Amino acid sequence: MKAFLILEDGHVFEGKSVGCTEEIISEIVFNTSMTGYLEVLTDPSYAGQAVCMTYPLIGNYGICFEDMEADKPWQSGFITREIAKLPSNFRNQESLEKFLVDNKITGIEGVDTRAITKILREKGTMRGMITTDENYNLEAVIPKLKEYEIGDVVRLTTCKEIQHFEGDGFKVAVIDLGAKKNIIRELTKRGCNVTVYPSYTKAETILEAKPDGIMLTNGPGDPKTNVGVIEEIKKLFATKVPIFAICLGHQLLALANGADTEKMKYGHRGANHPVKDLKTGKVYISTQNHGYMVKESTIDRDIAEVSFVNVNDGTVEGVHYLGKNVQTVQFHPEACAGPLDTNYLFDEFMNMMEVSK
Amino acid sequence: MPKNPNIKKVIVIGSGPIVIGQAAEFDYAGTQACRALREEGIFVILINSNPATIMTDKNIADEVYIEPLTPEIVKKVIMKEKPDSILPTLGGQAALNIAMELEESGFLRQHNVRLIGTSAKTIKKAEDRDEFKKTMEKIGEPIAPSKVVTNVEDGLDFVKVIGYPAVLRPAYTLGGSGGGIAANEEEFVEILENGLRLSRVGQVLVERCIAGWKEIEYEVMRDANGTGICVCNMENLDPVGVHTGDSIVVAPSQTLADKEYQMLRSSALNIISELKITGGCNVQFALNPDSFEYCVIEVNPRVSRSSALASKATGYPIAKVSAKIALGYHLDEIKNAITGKTYASFEPALDYCVVKIPRLPFDKFIKASRKLTTQMKATGEVMSICTNFEGALMKALRSLEQHVNSLIYEDLGERPLEEIHEELHRVDDRRIFVVAEAIRRGITLEEIQNITKIDLWFLDKIENIVNMEKRLASEELTKELMFEAKRIEFPDEVIAQITGKTKEEIHDLRFSYDIHPAYKMVDTCAAEFEASTPYYYSCYDGECEVDATRTRKKVLVLGSGPIRIGQGIEFDFCSVHSTWALSESGYETIIINNNPETVSTDFDIADKLYFEPLTAEDVEAIVNLEKPDGAVVQFGGQTAIKLTEDLLKMGVPILGTSAENVDAAEDRELFDEILEKCCIPRPAGKTVFTCEEALEAANELGYPVLVRPSYVLGGQGMQIAISDEDIVEFMDIINRTVQEHPILVDKYLMGKEVEVDAVCDGEDILIPGIMEHVERAGIHSGDSISVYPARSLSDKVKRVLEDYTRKLATSLHVIGLINIQFIVYQDEVYVIEVNPRSSRTVPYISKVTGIPIVDLASKVIIGEKIRNLGYEPGLQPESEYYAVKMPVFSFEKLRGAEISLGPEMKSTGECLGIAKDFNEALYKAFLGNGVDLPKHKKMVLTVKDSDKLDAVEIGKRFAALGYEIYSTRSTCRVLNENGIPAKPINKVEQPSPNLLDLILSHEIDLVIDTPAQGIERSKDGFIIRRHAIETGVTVLTSLDTAAALLTSLEKANKEHLTLVDICKL
Repeated sequence: MKAFLILEDGHVFEGKSVGCTEEIISEIVFNTSMTGYLEVLTDPSYAGQAVCMTYPLIGNYGICFEDMEADKPWQSGFITREIAKLPSNFRNQESLEKFLVDNKITGIEGVDTRAITKILREKGTMRGMITTDENYNLEAVIPKLKEYEIGDVVRLTTCKEIQHFEGDGFKVAVIDLGAKKNIIRELTKRGCNVTVYPSYTKAETILEAKPDGIMLTNGPGDPKTNVGVIEEIKKLFATKVPIFAICLGHQLLALANGADTEKMKYGHRGANHPVKDLKTGKVYISTQNHGYMVKESTIDRDIAEVSFVNVNDGTVEGVHYLGKNVQTVQFHPEACAGPLDTNYLFDEFMNMMEVSK
Repeated sequence: MPKNPNIKKVIVIGSGPIVIGQAAEFDYAGTQACRALREEGIFVILINSNPATIMTDKNIADEVYIEPLTPEIVKKVIMKEKPDSILPTLGGQAALNIAMELEESGFLRQHNVRLIGTSAKTIKKAEDRDEFKKTMEKIGEPIAPSKVVTNVEDGLDFVKVIGYPAVLRPAYTLGGSGGGIAANEEEFVEILENGLRLSRVGQVLVERCIAGWKEIEYEVMRDANGTGICVCNMENLDPVGVHTGDSIVVAPSQTLADKEYQMLRSSALNIISELKITGGCNVQFALNPDSFEYCVIEVNPRVSRSSALASKATGYPIAKVSAKIALGYHLDEIKNAITGKTYASFEPALDYCVVKIPRLPFDKFIKASRKLTTQMKATGEVMSICTNFEGALMKALRSLEQHVNSLIYEDLGERPLEEIHEELHRVDDRRIFVVAEAIRRGITLEEIQNITKIDLWFLDKIENIVNMEKRLASEELTKELMFEAKRIEFPDEVIAQITGKTKEEIHDLRFSYDIHPAYKMVDTCAAEFEASTPYYYSCYDGECEVDATRTRKKVLVLGSGPIRIGQGIEFDFCSVHSTWALSESGYETIIINNNPETVSTDFDIADKLYFEPLTAEDVEAIVNLEKPDGAVVQFGGQTAIKLTEDLLKMGVPILGTSAENVDAAEDRELFDEILEKCCIPRPAGKTVFTCEEALEAANELGYPVLVRPSYVLGGQGMQIAISDEDIVEFMDIINRTVQEHPILVDKYLMGKEVEVDAVCDGEDILIPGIMEHVERAGIHSGDSISVYPARSLSDKVKRVLEDYTRKLATSLHVIGLINIQFIVYQDEVYVIEVNPRSSRTVPYISKVTGIPIVDLASKVIIGEKIRNLGYEPGLQPESEYYAVKMPVFSFEKLRGAEISLGPEMKSTGECLGIAKDFNEALYKAFLGNGVDLPKHKKMVLTVKDSDKLDAVEIGKRFAALGYEIYSTRSTCRVLNENGIPAKPINKVEQPSPNLLDLILSHEIDLVIDTPAQGIERSKDGFIIRRHAIETGVTVLTSLDTAAALLTSLEKANKEHLTLVDICKL
C-alpha cells in the first residue's frame, strides 16, 4: 500500500506503508545512528515524534525484546528507506515489520531519507503527517499540521506507580520523566537499591525515603511544560542529596536554577556526538536525543559552571553545580543505542553518593 | 594541545614497491599525510623506492629520495638531512619495521631523531606476538589461544587444550605455504611435520580455529590526550578464514545489533588506549555468530589498506588526521575538512552502504591456486556506494572489469546441481557467483549458510538479485519493474541479456520511463551538517544533489579502476597529474574512478569526484548531468581508453589524440599502412581469428612467433610459440573468452628492447629519454629491468629512434602522450608496439629526467604547444644519472603460480635504483627489490639446452665471487667441462638428497633456472621455482637478469652508496 509523508512546508514524499496504516500527525525529526533502531523506537523521549532514520538499511538484525528501552515503542511514526525482510542475528526474535504492526506504529519505507533530513536540517524540525490516503488535500492538511503541539508528554511516559528494584548498595530515587530502561539497569548493575517515582511525585515523598542519591532521567517534550516537576526539583536541589541528571532532567535542573532553555533548530539525535570534558579536554562520543537545550548565557556563574560542551556547535552538554554534589548532562551516558564512552559517569554518581554519606 | 613547536623537519618512510598486500593505499596515505605536514609548515623528507608513486613527486615533499628501503639507506638519509623526527606509520609494515630497527639499535637516539606518530613501545606491544598476548590478557581482551611449537610432541600436547580443528602456520614461510587447518590428529601431524621442515627457524604456530566466525574490523583513532574515536567499522561477507584483503567487505557492519557493535567498538578503544596509540589504528575481530563471544585477531598500529578503505567509505581522511596528531594536535583541534564546520573528534555517520570487492590476479596466473586463505592474493580492489546493499554489490562487480556485470557467471548455469553443491564448499574468488547459482537452483539459504557460514542477511540480499533476474526473465518490463531493477543497480546490458532485448532497446525504454540515477553526497555526517566537498555516488531512489552549474570549462578525467597486473598505480599517477595540470589551466575537473586505494579518489584532488564504475552506462549518466566540454582518456590506462568510442557516441569530445587515431595504432591493417608510409620496419606479422589461420601464419613466418589478442593490457594472453602444439594451446586459451578483435601473430625477433615515451602537440615531439631493457625481447616490458639513459645504443640508432617516434606520433596525429616499443636487432630498428596514451614508464621517466610529461601532455591536449611551454622539442639531453627500474613480483603470495617470465606481464610493482654510476644504480635497484646478496654463497644453476653456453659465462662469474654452484646433471656437465667446479644434484623426482632437500636446507642464496619455452615446460623446474620462492630464495628465470645481477655484485661499491635527491635533479 502507498503511504505519504507530508511535511508542514508542503513537501510530500511517497513511499510504502509499513506497520500500522493509521494516519498520524507528529513532529518529524531525524536520527543518524547506524545501529540501535529498536532502542530508538522504544526511547520514551521520542514520544510525540516520528523519527526519520538516516541510515538506509533498518531492521537488519530484527528485534530482540531485551534490548527495548521501554515496554513499548513511543514514537508516533517511523520513517525509513528500506526495512529488512529477512533479519539475521542470533538473538533475533521477530522482524521489525511485525514489531511495527503489533505495536501499531505507523511507518513509511522507500522514501529518500537523506532528502528529508536535508529539509529538516535547513528549515528546522517540522510537523508532518504519515497517511495512506492517496487523496490527501494539501491545503487542508497543512493547517492541521501547524496546529499540532507535542504538549505535556512527560505525563504520558512516566510510570504510573512507584517501582522498586532491590539491591544492597546505595539507595537511589529515580524520578521517571520518561526513563530509558538502561538508566535503571546501570544503577542496579552497580548494586543500587532503586525506587522509581512517577514524575509528579512530591519532593517530600521522595525525601522521606532518605535516598543516598537522586537520579533525574531523560524524557520527551518541551522542558518548560513541566512546571510542577520543576517546583519539586527545586526542593530536592535544596537538600544535600547528590543528584545526577540526564537530558530532560538536566534541562529541568537548569530551569529550577533560573537558567533558560530554548528549542534548537533541528536538535541532536544520533550516536556520534562529540562532547568535551572541559576539565580534562578529553572528548567522548555520546548518544544524544534532544530538541531543546540549556542556554549558556542564562546559567548563573555563581551557582553553576559548564562541565561539558558539544564540539560540533559549542552548545552546553553538561553542568556542574558549584559546591554541590550535583552533576547534569545533556547527553546519554546510559547509551542504548550508542557508544559506552561516558558510562563512567554512573561510577562518578556512585562516588558522589559515597562521599556525601 | 596545539602543534609541537619542536617538530620542524620530518622524515616520512614510504612502503616501497607495490606487492600483493602492500599496494597503492600507502601512496594515498603517504601523499595525504605529506600534504598535511607541509600545510603545517613542516619540512618533509620522503624516502620510497617506488618511482610510480605520487608521494615521490617533488611537489609532495621538500626532499625526495627514491632509494632502496633498507635501514642502512634510511640511516644515510638521516645523517645527511638531520631531521628532528621520523614518521613511520604511513608506509605499511615495511616502514614500521625499518623505524623499529633504527629505534632499537639506538641510532635514532644517537642522532636526536624522535619517532612521531606512535611510540616504539606501542609498536612493539602491537606487533610482537608475545607482548601483544600479554597486553591483551592484562586488559581482559580475548585472543584466539595459540602456541609456537618446535616439535610434533609439543604440538600434540597443545592441540589437546584447544581441540580440533586447529590452524597451523609455519614461521617465516611466504604465501602461507606449509600451513593449513587440521581436522584430526592424522592431518595435524602431517601438516605440522611438513611445516616444521619448511620453516627456516623450525617453528610452527598452532592456533585455535575460529574459521566461520564473523570478521569485523574497526578503524579507530586516538590522540595524545586520550580521546579515542571510531571512524568506521566494516563487516566481511566472507567469514574468518579468508584474508580481509581478499574478502568482500561492507561498511558499516550490517548484521551486528547495537550491543555487538558497541561491545567491539569499546574493545577497540580499550585496546588503543592501553597501547597508547596516537594516530590511526586498525583492530580486527572475530565474532562468534551465535553468541557475544569474540577474539581480537590483529591490531595494526598504522594506516593500512583498511584505513584507506574506511577513509573513502566515510569521507574521513585518516592519514591526514594521523599526521596532524603526530604533530601534537588533539582531535578536537583538527577541522573536519569535509564539512569545514565540525571537527575530527566525531564519528562519521553513513547514510549509504559501501561494498568492496578484491581484484584477484587469477586471470594472469591461470595455474595458480584460486583458493582464498589467510594469505592475501588480491592485487587491488574496487569500492562502490549505494543506498542499498544489492546495488552496491552490483556496482562493485562491474567495476572489477572482469567481463562480469552481474551475478551470472560463465558456465555455472549449465553445470549439474551436484557440482554446484560441491562448489559451495570451495572458498575462492568465484564463491559469490556460486552462491547466486545455488540460490537460483533452489538450494535453501539455510543450507548455503551451513556450508559457507555467510550470514543469512547477505544471502537474502543475493536472493533479491536472483529474484530480480527471474522477474526480468518472466515479467513484462514495466516502469515499476525497470525501476526496481535499476534501484538494485542492474545495468542495462544485463537487463538486455535477460530479457532478450538489445542494450540500446533497454537504454531507450529506460529513458522513455524517465529512469535515471541521482547523485548523493558522501559527507561524513548523514546530511546532519552542510558539507562542501563534492564527493558523489549514484542511486536511483532519491533526488539529485549535484550542482552541475557551469562556471568554467569542464573536463572529465577517467581513472583506471582497480589495480591489477599490467595496470597499476602509474595510471593513477597520470590521472592525478593530469587533473592538477588541467585545474591549473582553469578547467573544472571531474574524476570518475572506483578504486579506494588511490590518490585520485581522495576528496580534494579534482573539483568533483564521482565514485562510480567505469562502464559506458555509468559514465553516460554523469555526462548527461555534467555536460563536460571534453574528456581525457589517455591517462587512465586501458580502462579509460576502452570508453573512447562510447564517449564519442555521447557527444563528448575526446581531448587529445582522436579515437580514430587510437584505433589506427591498434588496427593491424591501418597501422601497417602508416608504417609503410613512414618507411618504418616492423617484424613481419599476420592477423588471424581461428586456430587454423594461426597455424598457417606461424608456419609462413617461421617459428618462433609471438601470439596475442589485440586491445589488451600488459601483454595479457601473449605467448611465444615455438611449435604448432604451442599455437594450438595458446589459441585455445585466448579463444576461451569471445574475441571482438583479431589475434596477432608476429615473427619474434630476439633483439634488444627499447622504449620511448613522448609528448606530441601535433607538430613537435618531446622525448624525455630513451629507456633500454636489460632482458632481450620476449619478456614483457613491464617485467624487464629498464635502464635510462640507454647504454648500448649508438648515436645513429638513437637518431633513428627519435626520427621514428616523430614520424609515428605525427602520422597518428597524436596530441598528448605516446609510448612506443622498439626492437633493435642487428643494428636495425623495428617497431613492435605503439600506444597512443600514457604508459607504465611515464612516472619513472618523468622523475629521473625532471621533465613533467603528464603536465606537458595535459597542457598540449588543451591546445598549448611544446615550444610555448618552455621546452625545446626533440630528444632531450641525457641525464648524468643512471636510473634503473626493477620489476618486483609477488609470486610467493600466489601458490602454484608459474614464475618464469615471458611476454605476459607478471610483476606487481617496481622500484628504482638511481646513481651516477651504472653499477651502483643497478645494485640499488636489486637492493630495493630485496635482493641483498651474498649471504650463504650457495646457488643453484640449471638451464635449458639453448642457454647452456651462456650459462658457462654466468657460472664462471659466480664461481669467481666465491659461490658454490649446484646444478642438475646436464647443466653440471657443461659447467664442469668448462672448468667450473659445479656440483651435481639430483632432480626432484630422483632420490634424496635432491634439489628440493637442498633448497629446504635454507642455505641457498639464489636459484637461476631458465625454463624451456612453450609446452615443453618441465614440471621439475616448476616445483623447484615454487619451493625456492616460498622459502624466500631469489629466483631468476632469465640469464640476462642474472648477468645484470652479477654486474651489480661485482662492481658496485656497496659500502659507499650515494644518495640522490630527486627534487634537485
